[in-house]
Amino acid sequence: MQPRRKKRLLSMLLVISLIAGAVGAMLFALQQNINLFYTPGQLIQGLGEGKIKPDIGQRLRLGGMVVPGTVQRDADSLKVRFDLTDDSGEIATVEFEGILPDLFREGQGIVAQGELRSATVLAATEVLAKHDEEYMPPEVAEALKGIRHVPPSQQPAASNANYGG
Amino acid sequence: MFKWLDPLAKPETLYHFCGKLTPWLMSSALFTLLLGNIWGLGFTPTDYQQGDSYRIIHIHVPSAIMSMGAYMAMAIAAFTALVWQIKTAQWAVLAIAPIGAVYTAIALLTGMAWGKPMWGAWWVWDARLTSELILLFLYFGVMALHGAFSERQTGAKVASLLAVVGVINLPIIHFSVEWWNTLHQGASITKFAKPSIDPSMLWPLLISLLAFSLLLAALTCVRLRTAILENEQHRPWVKQLVSKA
Repeated sequence: MQPRRKKRLLSMLLVISLIAGAVGAMLFALQQNINLFYTPGQLIQGLGEGKIKPDIGQRLRLGGMVVPGTVQRDADSLKVRFDLTDDSGEIATVEFEGILPDLFREGQGIVAQGELRSATVLAATEVLAKHDEEYMPPEVAEALKGIRHVPPSQQPAASNANYGG
Repeated sequence: MFKWLDPLAKPETLYHFCGKLTPWLMSSALFTLLLGNIWGLGFTPTDYQQGDSYRIIHIHVPSAIMSMGAYMAMAIAAFTALVWQIKTAQWAVLAIAPIGAVYTAIALLTGMAWGKPMWGAWWVWDARLTSELILLFLYFGVMALHGAFSERQTGAKVASLLAVVGVINLPIIHFSVEWWNTLHQGASITKFAKPSIDPSMLWPLLISLLAFSLLLAALTCVRLRTAILENEQHRPWVKQLVSKA
């Protein structure tokens, strides 16, 4: 290789690695801000090494799995209240008034945005559903996971009455 | 490998090489695109959770993967152009950039159309969506820098530098769903584990992915040939070619 090319090659590699290092350091410093949501474990135990807990009244997003059997719907309005959990086992409650996304189910991952009412209660203004990266036909899901998903639009009206309010 | 690649640095050879390749690439791209998309959009089973909405995966995932593939190709061309100062590599950078930008835009728009019914929002500033948007801006930046200097050579050099430096964004896009909490789900096929997508849905997806990569190659060939003709228009071989036609 010609010395001039070698010099250009080395300087290019130097520039790339320097900028990669700078971006890496920046993302590392911003780590807590890039997370889209707190999990219930991070909300209650604190986030990162500093164990930083959000303040009451702070606007934040909370993401986790809807604990089966905790969804309580108000009979006369769109108010709904449910618990979220994650791997840590901590439980946080979300209160919401409005229309939930189609994918909202017990056991489903969701992300709720709102204001922290108390240490474990979030008054949500928006609820988004999160789905996993698994795709399969309904028969396969039933055979593999033993779950049977019925879209809310096809749910018999009787099953909604179970929630009570 | 360099023995085989070396003659292709010559514009005339590359022009004829791309000309031979284009019809094959284009016809196979169209065939696989039709096969993959008709199969995927029309004849795969519905998803257990998302029903029919998930079908947009057959456009969203191939365009998203190839938007990154196109960037990698562009960056390699830019790196070659900067270090070895090969002008055909320099032209390839600008040939790929708009195609990659369109792929990125398709990935973003289909993702939005998918996000609204499933997540409940068109757009969320999570790490995956934001880094993919930055990829679109990187493409725009490369194209804009190319034309931003009165001296063409300087613009080409600066644009190539941006293309090479922007490679840092690719691992960020890919690993964003692992490093941070995101609304976007994890990878279904671009991982070392078994794909978490049923074979009946996976095959049309892989065919569509092949189609998008073939289409990228075919369009790059067409654009590169145009760029070669434009830049070499005063050379005798081009004049000869034109007078023959």
